[in-house]
Amino acid sequence: MTTPLLELKNVHASVAGTPILKGVNLVVNPGEVHAIMGPNGAGKSTLSKLITGHPDYELTEGQILYKGEDIAEMEPDERARAGIFMSFQYPVEIPGVSTSFFLKAAVNASRRERGEPELDAMDFLKVARTKMKQVGMPGDLLHRAVNEGFSGGEKKKNEIFQMAMLEPTLAVLDETDSGLDVDALRTISEGVNAMRNDERGMVVITHYQRLLDHIVPDFTHILAGGKIVKSGGADLAKQVEASGYEGLA
Amino acid sequence: MSSQPDVSSRPSSGQAEVDEILDQHDEYKYGFVTDMEQDVLPPGLDESVIRFISAKKDEPEWLLEWRLKAFAAWQKMEEPNWQFVTYADIDYQAISYFAAPKKKLESIDEVDPEILETFEKLGIPLHERAALAGVAVDAVFDSVSVATTFKDKLHDLGIIFCSISEAVREHPELVRQYLGTVVPVTDNYFAALNSAVFTDGSFVYIPKGVKCPMELSTYFRINAANTGQFERTLIIADESSYVSYLEGCTAPVRKENQLHAAVVELVAHTDAKIKYSTVQNWYPGDKDGNGGIYNFVTKRGVCEGDRSHISWTQVETGSAVTWKYPSCVLKGENSVGEFYSVALTNNHQQADTGTKMVHLGKGTTSTIVSKGISAGKGQQTYRGLVSIGPKAHNARNHTQCDSLLLGKECGAHTFPYVDVRNASAVLEHEASTSKISEDQLFYAMQRGLSEEDAVSMIVNGFCKEVFKELPMEFAVEARKLLEVSLEGAVG
Ligand SMILES: Nc1ncnc2c1ncn2[C@@H]1O[C@H](COP(=O)(O)OP(=O)(O)OP(=O)(O)O)[C@@H](O)[C@H]1O
Ligand SMILES: [Mg+2]
Repeated sequence: MTTPLLELKNVHASVAGTPILKGVNLVVNPGEVHAIMGPNGAGKSTLSKLITGHPDYELTEGQILYKGEDIAEMEPDERARAGIFMSFQYPVEIPGVSTSFFLKAAVNASRRERGEPELDAMDFLKVARTKMKQVGMPGDLLHRAVNEGFSGGEKKKNEIFQMAMLEPTLAVLDETDSGLDVDALRTISEGVNAMRNDERGMVVITHYQRLLDHIVPDFTHILAGGKIVKSGGADLAKQVEASGYEGLA
Repeated sequence: MSSQPDVSSRPSSGQAEVDEILDQHDEYKYGFVTDMEQDVLPPGLDESVIRFISAKKDEPEWLLEWRLKAFAAWQKMEEPNWQFVTYADIDYQAISYFAAPKKKLESIDEVDPEILETFEKLGIPLHERAALAGVAVDAVFDSVSVATTFKDKLHDLGIIFCSISEAVREHPELVRQYLGTVVPVTDNYFAALNSAVFTDGSFVYIPKGVKCPMELSTYFRINAANTGQFERTLIIADESSYVSYLEGCTAPVRKENQLHAAVVELVAHTDAKIKYSTVQNWYPGDKDGNGGIYNFVTKRGVCEGDRSHISWTQVETGSAVTWKYPSCVLKGENSVGEFYSVALTNNHQQADTGTKMVHLGKGTTSTIVSKGISAGKGQQTYRGLVSIGPKAHNARNHTQCDSLLLGKECGAHTFPYVDVRNASAVLEHEASTSKISEDQLFYAMQRGLSEEDAVSMIVNGFCKEVFKELPMEFAVEARKLLEVSLEGAVG
């Protein structure tokens, strides 16, 4: 049996002293795509920030294992360099820092960690150009400050572009579809699908079936009241779309 | 669709981490002392010291008189205390006012290898790298200008770039015409002191219509213990000329405080432009606030002619106490003054800095961009004056002051003064104070950047507008310097 990529065991978490997650169990094996749905405020983003190690989110009970190892004590950057990536629901602007400078530093930080040679500016640009095309991101965004003044859709494209550049082992996509027009949704989904392989695992958080029409999940989970209340296959999402969360509980 | 705002921007445990990292201190990278025989005058200041300095430098009578007049004025003046800094009293009798390497130097080849090594350690190789970088370096080592490079090339264009002592000898008429015209001897306490005892500094003259083809650069470094450094810089850009001048400073680690009281005067004639960039990295003192340089500097430029242009760019990361206001007097019609500043204070550093833009002529414009970064227990003050004279019709000023705080114990203060005597003036002022954002930090770290790299990147982004005003290789250096200075702040 292979070791799961990600394993949440009875995870309880609070933010600012308020308990949000109350016993989440989840296993993501290499190669699997899991969709997580659930009402606003259910704790979906909390879950993704907990996995990536945001300092505001406290694990109060249970365990988070990544490739079989407990990562509770790892810093966010260590987790990132170990291959955990999150596409932010609300990407952050960093004024004055160009996207290319930022991302090249990020890519090289991970390469150093893996003992690979760093990419120089030319190599980086070459790879970046190809990947930007794949996710339909306009070329000039590379030279603008990180997310500064980007439209909502451009920000989301930039998240997936960064994922393509960083090639993570585990990707958590938090509402990557929100703010995207139909064409962008398709392009981005194709970009994500192109990254699906036997080793990589993904957790896709969304409110809408339309994303899951493109990125077809292996499993779907409903998170409500701080717990996973229902799990199923790709069909579960369609049920939600038809009858809402109320109908499920 | 989700409507929840992102909820992680409150101060929280991440801030504690930043504070914790701020506690770690990095050694001052340039803190070595050159072991070299020096001519040092015993501490103390009276007329005989001034006569000694003047005689040592073979100065003409008029200059000695000028110095003595300044000294007489200084004795009647009071040390200022209005600035937002506190420091131990300076004992002016405990300072030595002259230190020079013993050997007389004729050319760069004669420069003491040890001095060259010092410059090497500072990362300023005088020979090759200067040549490669296209930088002419006039290096001031303590009080005597040690080496001047590129002189011949500049000479062909009629450009004069030499130490001020040499200028006094070789071009006395020019020096006499301009010295003290921008910063009068009685301007302020430290300017008067400087006028009395200045030992060296740089002199630049760009003739009519000449665009200086390379950046002119001076590195200052205080070496001998207990010597104050009082350099004097005078730059004159004649009609339609252009010059970009770079000044970098470092000083070795010492327990005692050292005084640095420089005066810089710039004169821009009709259609001339002077760009003056400073990267200041004097020893800031240790983590507990012991030692470090007192940097009390008077810098002023006068836009004498119509459409003349003076631009100050400064990156100030060093010194225990900084007190300086590079200023522009905009006399000529449609003349332009600019001030771009990044100041960083960490540990116990204090800085009270800013600018004065004095609009006298019609259609004069000025721009002020000040970026202050405080970390540790650093205290920082922006103090600026924009004054619009009665004849300055249609003058314009844009001021932008942004402060970034790293940690809880530091502070940022802003004092913008405005004095408008002409109703047609248009003044804009923007100010902001922000903490380094948790969200930005987390975002960068989620991409795999270490906390230290993330902070340095965010801070550099914050300074971008100023760095882009620096000549290319200095921008790179400034960025590195900020990183080094932040290492003391961030791990
Ligand atoms: N930093 C924080 N401070 C205070 N409350 C927080 C914080 N982060 C999350 N919460 C609260 O935790 C709950 C879960 O929030 P979370 O963002 O995880 O929900 P979500 O499932 O992602 O919702 P949405 O679908 O709207 O994105 C909410 O009630 C939210 O207000
Ligand atoms: Mg959410």
